[in-house]
Amino acid sequence: MQVRVMLERDLSAIRQDVLRLGGMVEQAIDRCIEALKRLDVKMAQEVIDFDEEINRMRYQIEEACLETIATQQPMASDLRAIIAATFCATNLERMGDHAKGIAKLTIEMADEPLLKPLIDIPRMAQIAKEMLRQVLEAYVEHDPEKARAAAARDDEVDALDEQIYRELITYMMQDPRTIFRATRLLWISHNLERIADRVTNIAERVIFMVTGELQELN
Amino acid sequence: MEEIILEAQNLTVYYDGRPAIEEVNLRIPRRRITAIIGPSGCGKSTLLRCFNRMNDLIPSARVEGKVLFEGVNIYTPDVDVVEVRRRIGMVFQKPNPFPKSIYENVAFGPRIHGVRDRRKLDEIVERCLRAAALWDEVKDKLHQNALTLSGGQQQRLCIARALATEPEVLLMDEPASSLDPIATMKIEDLMRELTREYTIVIVTHNMQQAARVSDYTVFMLAGEERVGRLIEFGPTQQIFTRPRDRRTEDYITGRFG
Repeated sequence: MQVRVMLERDLSAIRQDVLRLGGMVEQAIDRCIEALKRLDVKMAQEVIDFDEEINRMRYQIEEACLETIATQQPMASDLRAIIAATFCATNLERMGDHAKGIAKLTIEMADEPLLKPLIDIPRMAQIAKEMLRQVLEAYVEHDPEKARAAAARDDEVDALDEQIYRELITYMMQDPRTIFRATRLLWISHNLERIADRVTNIAERVIFMVTGELQELN
Repeated sequence: MEEIILEAQNLTVYYDGRPAIEEVNLRIPRRRITAIIGPSGCGKSTLLRCFNRMNDLIPSARVEGKVLFEGVNIYTPDVDVVEVRRRIGMVFQKPNPFPKSIYENVAFGPRIHGVRDRRKLDEIVERCLRAAALWDEVKDKLHQNALTLSGGQQQRLCIARALATEPEVLLMDEPASSLDPIATMKIEDLMRELTREYTIVIVTHNMQQAARVSDYTVFMLAGEERVGRLIEFGPTQQIFTRPRDRRTEDYITGRFG
């Protein structure tokens, strides 16, 4: 239909940008964990610098959404798609901030060897990334079931966070000299846990976009 | 629960024996704005005109079903149609003031209904012009010809004229479609003001207008056989954010119409 040509073009561009932003965040998570594993300050710094690009992309999406609302007066499912896109962009940008947080903590720890071989933290990061990818698929495919499935994995991440906490406590009790490094690992674990929470937020908005129902998951 | 002032029950209207709208059931809440939207030819003006028996004026029209106003069917034979139209007023698409003074336009209805006292008429004219948000603009030229006013002012004068018979309901058929955006905004603000006392039913082609001003929205649609039906009725905010019916969704997102 002629009347929808402009609107469809805007909506499709916004959708592409949200996906691109999702890809950037996934890359940031990947790189910050890699930098942590290697205690690579240069790579960590790159993650920190890359966050600027993520922020720029987020504002670009917000502006596109605003412009579409102002010029096309979208209604119903179109309006929900745009509101969902701004919400996704905000949450993805915050996930980028968590990756940047991990990179900063990595730089703080880089002078000493790692407290212990990293096992659970990379596992958490892997699950968080899979959740992110799945929720973005749900967003593109308008699939509320897939969104729910993505959010459901939040429990795995929470369990790992809890496990890491208990383990690090024992390190700190045995030897106070580990406190500096152990607390930083705790915060890193917490950053990953927050990333998974934000996947849940996005999943809620995907369901809202498709069904019009706002419901809290988990 | 909203209090219902007007109710259509199994309402079918025929023009020359052919149905224009069929089996419409609708409950209009008191002191709210209800908007009727839908593509051209869906029967929304036909439905609106049923609410004060304006279809009586079309010889080929025949109405089946009921319209209950305060619980009384206005289509029963002993109902006084003049009284129905006094209590359920109408404002049309194009402003249609009489070619008389501003004052006489508003005083016209009350005079017909027997008000003779000059002071009483002055009072009614001022009250109605104030209610229609026109008083400040015309108070110094009440005896000037109404046709010298701008389109937006003329439309507000027609609203003042409709208010002068002390109606309970105002039916508005595209009341702002011939006005510029500023005049439109004034009419919309005025409609909101008027819901303190009046119930408004508005037919509009302008979906943004329905979304802006109304509390409830009715979506009508005519199918292949060109008979208008009520598809969905609900709170405006629900209709425009998450309509239940696919056809409503398709219409308000511009997929047809």
